[in-house]
Amino acid sequence: MSHSTVPRSRAEADDDGTGRTPVTTGAAATTKKANTGKLGLRLRFRRDRALILMTLPAVLLLLVFNYLPILGNIVAFQDYDPYVSDNGVVSMLHSAWVGLENFQQIFADSAFWNAVKNTLVLFFLQLVLFFPIPIALALLINSVLRPRVRAIAQAVLYLPHFFSWVLVISVFQQLFGGAGLLSQLLRQHGYDGLDIMTDPSTFKFLVTAEGVWKDAGWGIIVFLAALASVSPDLYEAAAMDGAGRWRRIWHVTLPALRPVIALLLVLRVGDALTVGFEQILLQRDAVGPGASEVLDTFVWWNGVRNQDFGYAAAAGLIKGVVSLGLVLAANKVAHLMGEQGVYKK
Amino acid sequence: MTAVIDEPPARERPPSRWAAPARPVWEEEPSTAGVAGKGLVLTLACLAVLFPLWIVVVTSLSSRKTIDEAGGLVMIPKGITFVAYRELLSGGQVTRATVISILITLVGTAFSMTVSVLCAYGLSRIGSLGHRWFLLLLMATMFFSAGLIPTYLLVQSLGLTDSYLALILPSAVSVFNILVLRGFFMGISQELTDSARIDGAGDFRILWQIVMPLSRAVLAVITLFYAVGYWSAWFNASLYLNDQDKMPLQNVMIQLVQKQQAPVGLGQAIKTGELSYLSVQMAVMVMALLPVAVLSPFVQKHFKKGMLTGAVKG
Repeated sequence: MSHSTVPRSRAEADDDGTGRTPVTTGAAATTKKANTGKLGLRLRFRRDRALILMTLPAVLLLLVFNYLPILGNIVAFQDYDPYVSDNGVVSMLHSAWVGLENFQQIFADSAFWNAVKNTLVLFFLQLVLFFPIPIALALLINSVLRPRVRAIAQAVLYLPHFFSWVLVISVFQQLFGGAGLLSQLLRQHGYDGLDIMTDPSTFKFLVTAEGVWKDAGWGIIVFLAALASVSPDLYEAAAMDGAGRWRRIWHVTLPALRPVIALLLVLRVGDALTVGFEQILLQRDAVGPGASEVLDTFVWWNGVRNQDFGYAAAAGLIKGVVSLGLVLAANKVAHLMGEQGVYKK
Repeated sequence: MTAVIDEPPARERPPSRWAAPARPVWEEEPSTAGVAGKGLVLTLACLAVLFPLWIVVVTSLSSRKTIDEAGGLVMIPKGITFVAYRELLSGGQVTRATVISILITLVGTAFSMTVSVLCAYGLSRIGSLGHRWFLLLLMATMFFSAGLIPTYLLVQSLGLTDSYLALILPSAVSVFNILVLRGFFMGISQELTDSARIDGAGDFRILWQIVMPLSRAVLAVITLFYAVGYWSAWFNASLYLNDQDKMPLQNVMIQLVQKQQAPVGLGQAIKTGELSYLSVQMAVMVMALLPVAVLSPFVQKHFKKGMLTGAVKG
């Protein structure tokens, strides 16, 4: 296609192409990098314009929906009035500037600190109770030799990952809700029914259990890939040296998983303040905000429900800035430990 | 020559997929207790996934009488009736919501795939103009989020309230998916694309006729990811749609199952005693899980090939 639009001879066009496609004629046998360096900007644009054109739609969508809204965080410093106009931007231009007042109010708001507490508790619960399960399942499946058994187990365990949160919570409600299977069986045997779905005291365990049911099976996929890349020679050598089954797991398998585990831990810690927004929002009404409010639902409640956009945006901004700091810090730690982290140094 | 003769004879027939491959000689034979323990744990894990789904499906297919006898949820089916599905799919709220969800999923997935595949190919040539900057722009979005409120205000300012575009455009691009695709595209042999270029093919043609046919596995996986995303989404609909008649299936499910509201236009069948409200709830859940449950095993065989090779190169 580029040839039809670039009015030059075939020979010239091919020569032009050497920048990214090393044609092994003697004259053009320079390295790729040196060659691109030599080409002028105009030539490179002419050569790569189809590629740039292809990249643009996605880049535009990201600019509009991921980058442009960053400017909207200005409302965090405003007494934003959504009723000035139907258009958010017009409202923003007409709202009063209040400086850091929203932030001062937030730091004095016990509901905010409750949300912080719930978020952190949930994060640690998920880290301790959820994180090891996929590793254990992956080790288990990896030790099964029969390919058909492995495939079936994987297919079944992956399945809930593709269910929506609405569906997962509906399923849990049918099992553990006031009219669910557990209550039904208890009542049939003369006990009182039990409604776990609306019990604030066990809510955080419920959320963790839902997460395990939905995503623990999916989590094994990364570990299985890492396990598949371990050379069988290592196991054989260890066995020759007298290492039994468990010692081989400890000295061969787990060290092989270490980079993956480190990477996932880094990702998890960087994302510590995000503990399942949709999942918790769906259950917020049933349990009440005392036990279920996390930072994300706090933002939603104040902004979308109470229309206090400045206040909610300020809370969201706090979360965003702290999260960014956590990601960068977690990567730093990973690098110090000698692991790769999310991005390279 | 002797080396060829010395080789052991080829295996006569491929082993059954149920059979275990030969255990390496250095590995101990597992104990009976070990095998039994592993089998038990694996079976329990699979049952934990399948048992709730079984109850949901069976109850959705049960008559009012069976449900009353069981005192609620049915574990053992006694006769099958499709009355709940017939009621739900004979027009009305749930039928409309299902059609809406299917359309959004189809249109959204097609749009997301087009944008993502183009972008992934556009960034797959190291050293092309702007390559590094575009990549940086993409990757940076994985580290921050503009926040719920600013995004909400933006979508509203763009006039997308009550428009289905609000359910597609803001979440149309997944940078992770693009990076997986890109990793896979970069692994395709350069000789192939080079020879096509020498034959006069442009980049669009190379993508369509060479790169995409070679990437069926990863394309299938990413298509599934996007489709599941659109099918499962409910939050943006609750945020941007005010008109209850426009709600997709997940949002209707929230109302019917979690808020226990009766579906519009179903009162009669429930009153006549033919239909239990419980089986209506279950039928809605089955309708939400069916497409996913049917599609994901099909695509699962591509996971290893597509997903991992792509993701590793990131």
